[in-house]
Amino acid sequence: MANLTLIQAVNDGLRTAMRDDKNVLVFGEDVGPKGGVFLATEGLTKEFGEERCFDTPLSEDGIVGAAIGMALNGLKPVAEIQFQDFIFPAFDQIVSEAAKFRYRSGGQYTVPMVIRTPYGGGIRGGLYHSQSGEAYFCHTPGLKVVIPSTPHDAKGLLLAAINDPDPVLFLEPKALYRAVKGEVPEGKYTVDLSTLRTVREGANVTVFCYGAMVPVCQKAADKAAEKGVECLVVDLRTLLPLDEEGVLDAAKRTGRVVVVHEAPRFCGYGGEISALIAENCIEYMEAPIVRVTGFDTPFPNTLEHHYMPDERRVLDAIERVASW
Amino acid sequence: MTPAELRTVIEPDGRVKVRDLGLSDAELLHCYRTMLRVRAFDDTCLKLQRSGRIGFSIPNKGVEATQVGAASALKKTDWIFPSYRDFGMALYHGIPAVAMMHNMFGNAEDSAKGRQMPVHFSFTEPIKFVSISSPIGTHIIQAVGAAHAMKLRGEKHIALASFGDGGTSSLGFHSGLNFAAVWKSPVVFLCQNNQYAISCPVEKQTASDGFAIKAKAYGMPGILVDGNDLLAVREAVLEAAEYARKGKGPTLIEAKTFRMGGHSTSDDPTRYVPKELVAEWEKKDPLLRFEKFLGKRKLWSEKMRTQYYDEAMAEIDVAAKEAAATAKPALETIFSDVYATVPAHLRRQGQQAFEVAARHGEAEAGDGKFPL
Ligand SMILES: Cc1ncc(C[n+]2csc(CCOP(=O)(O)OP(=O)(O)O)c2C)c(N)n1
Repeated sequence: MANLTLIQAVNDGLRTAMRDDKNVLVFGEDVGPKGGVFLATEGLTKEFGEERCFDTPLSEDGIVGAAIGMALNGLKPVAEIQFQDFIFPAFDQIVSEAAKFRYRSGGQYTVPMVIRTPYGGGIRGGLYHSQSGEAYFCHTPGLKVVIPSTPHDAKGLLLAAINDPDPVLFLEPKALYRAVKGEVPEGKYTVDLSTLRTVREGANVTVFCYGAMVPVCQKAADKAAEKGVECLVVDLRTLLPLDEEGVLDAAKRTGRVVVVHEAPRFCGYGGEISALIAENCIEYMEAPIVRVTGFDTPFPNTLEHHYMPDERRVLDAIERVASW
Repeated sequence: MTPAELRTVIEPDGRVKVRDLGLSDAELLHCYRTMLRVRAFDDTCLKLQRSGRIGFSIPNKGVEATQVGAASALKKTDWIFPSYRDFGMALYHGIPAVAMMHNMFGNAEDSAKGRQMPVHFSFTEPIKFVSISSPIGTHIIQAVGAAHAMKLRGEKHIALASFGDGGTSSLGFHSGLNFAAVWKSPVVFLCQNNQYAISCPVEKQTASDGFAIKAKAYGMPGILVDGNDLLAVREAVLEAAEYARKGKGPTLIEAKTFRMGGHSTSDDPTRYVPKELVAEWEKKDPLLRFEKFLGKRKLWSEKMRTQYYDEAMAEIDVAAKEAAATAKPALETIFSDVYATVPAHLRRQGQQAFEVAARHGEAEAGDGKFPL
C-alpha cells in the first residue's frame, strides 16, 4: 500500500498497465518528456521509452483516430486529451467511430481503448478548462464512461478500463488531482466497471454523486448528520453502463433522493437517474427527487464558486427532501 | 520540395536592405515602444501571478516583433482573429493596457465580464480584436467567413488569423486554408512558428520543411519570414494584405521566431527546452535587433530604452492597480449573454443563485435585487 494523491494513482495505474503489457501505449499532447500538463504521465517516457509514451501533433481528432486504428490492430492505446474541453475535435471519432465499430461490423472489429481526460471546474479555468461534458458521451451507445473520485478507484478503474474490450472514456476530476489522498494497493488490481460505491451509510436521504462532487456531498452529509439527517451517499463511479440495480436499491432504502453534478442541469446526467427512479420505484418515494447541478450557462471564471454546487447548496437540497 | 526562402529586412547588425520603409520616425518609435510595453506587461503579469493576484498569464517574450510587425501592416477597418499570445497586436492598435488588465483580473470592467480566463481578450474598438477562444485553431476558419463577408460587401478590408505552429495541426487550419483558397477570401494567415507548442517541438508537429511551403498545396502564396525582424514581418503582411485587398485571395505567412519564456506562467520550459537553444535565440532577441536598426538611424540610445520601459512599467502598474481595485462581476453576469434574452429557466436559476448568496451574506457588490 502506498499513500497517493489521485493523480499519482493515475500515474501508478498507467505504469502498472505498461509494465504488465507491452501493447499498452500512452500518448497525447505534452505527455512525453513534460509528463503531461498535470504530470499524470510523469516518468513514463523515461521508463518505457518514446515508443510507448509519446507526444503527438496538436490534434485531438488525430489522437483518437489513431488510437482507434491501433486498437483495431492489437495495441492497447491509452490516449490523453489534455482537457476534456478540447475533446470536441475528436467527437466524430469517438461518437461515430469508436462507439460504433463493434456494432457496425457485427462484432468483427472492436476498439478496446481508453481516452483519459481531466474534467471539471475549481481551478479558475473559465469556459474552456472547466467543463463537465459527461452527458454528451453518456448519450452515446457503445461507449463506457467512468469517473473515479478516490486514488484507490482511480487506479483500479483505470486498470479495469484498459482491460475492457470496449472503448472507455475515463474522466478525471482535476479538482481532486491533488486534493485527495488515500491508500492505493501496489501492483495490479481492478475495480469492476458498472459497480457503484457506498461512500457513507444513512437511512434518511440518498445522495447520488460522482467525481469531484463526492467530497462535496460527503461534507454536506456530515453537516446534515449534525442536524439529525443521516445520508446514504453513493458514488456512481461508472456512468455508462450504470449499475441500475444498485441505484434503485439505494433509492428505495431512504425514499428520498438528491442527485448532484457539476455539469449543467438540462439534459444532464441527473435527469437520467431521476427518471430511472421515477419509472421503477416511484411508489417508494416520499419526496420529490431533487437535483443540485451547475447552471445552464457556460462555465464562468471569476464567479466559478457560485456556479459549482457546494456543500451548502447540497445541504439545502438534503434538508428540503428530508423535511418534505 | 525546396523549403521557402527566409525573408529578412534588418540585418543582424541593424542595417537594412531597403531605403523606403513607408514608416515615419514616429511610427518606427511607436513600434519600438509597443514592444517595450509588451515586455512591461509581461513582467507585471508575471509578478502578479507569482504573488497570487492573478491566476495565469501568457509570456510574449521573443515574439513581440512578429506581433507588432504584423499589426503595423493592418488598418483599423481590418479584423484580427488573434491567438492568446498576441498582446502586441492589441497594444499597437491602441487597446488600452487597463482594458487588458481588467481581463487579467476578470473583474466587472472586463469586456468579457470576468467570464474568461486571463489573456482571452475581446475588443471591438479601435480595431476588431475578436474574442479569443481556448480551443486551438477554431478561429482560423472563422476568419475566412468574416473575410468572405467583406468580399461580398465589396469592402477592401482583410482578416488576419494568427496562430502557432501547433495550430497548424488543427482541423480549423485545414478547413481555413482550403476554404480561403477556393473562395479567394481576403485573409492573411499568420503562423507564428515559435518552435514549441507547449512542450512539443516543431519537428514533432510537422515533418514538412516548415509551414510556408504548405501554402502551395492549398493553392495560395506562402511566405517564410524572419519573425524576429519587425520590418520583414511588416513587409510580408503588407504584401499579403495588398494581395487580398486586390481580390487575389489568401496568403500563408510563416514567421519563424522563438518563445523565450514558458508557454504560460504555469509552465516550466527548462523541463523540455535545451539550454543551448535558448542561448542561441537570446542572441536574436527581436528587441535588440530593432534597437540596432534604430541606432543606425540615430533614433535610439540606451537611455531611451530605460526611459520607454520605465514609462511603460509606470503605465501598466497604474492599470494593474486600477484593475485590482475594481469590483468582481455581479452575480447576474453568470446568467446574462447566454442568449440575447434570458429564458425563463435561467432567470429562475439566477434567482435561486442570488438567494443562496444573499442568505450566506455573499452577494457581491452590485448584486442588489436580481435584475434578470
Ligand atoms: C484543441 C486544443 N487542444 C489542446 C489545447 C491545449 N493547448 C493550449 S496551448 C497549446 C499549444 C499551442 O501551441 P501553438 O499553437 O504552437 O501556439 P503557441 O502557444 O506556441 O503560441 C495546447 C496544446 C487547446 N488549447 N486546444
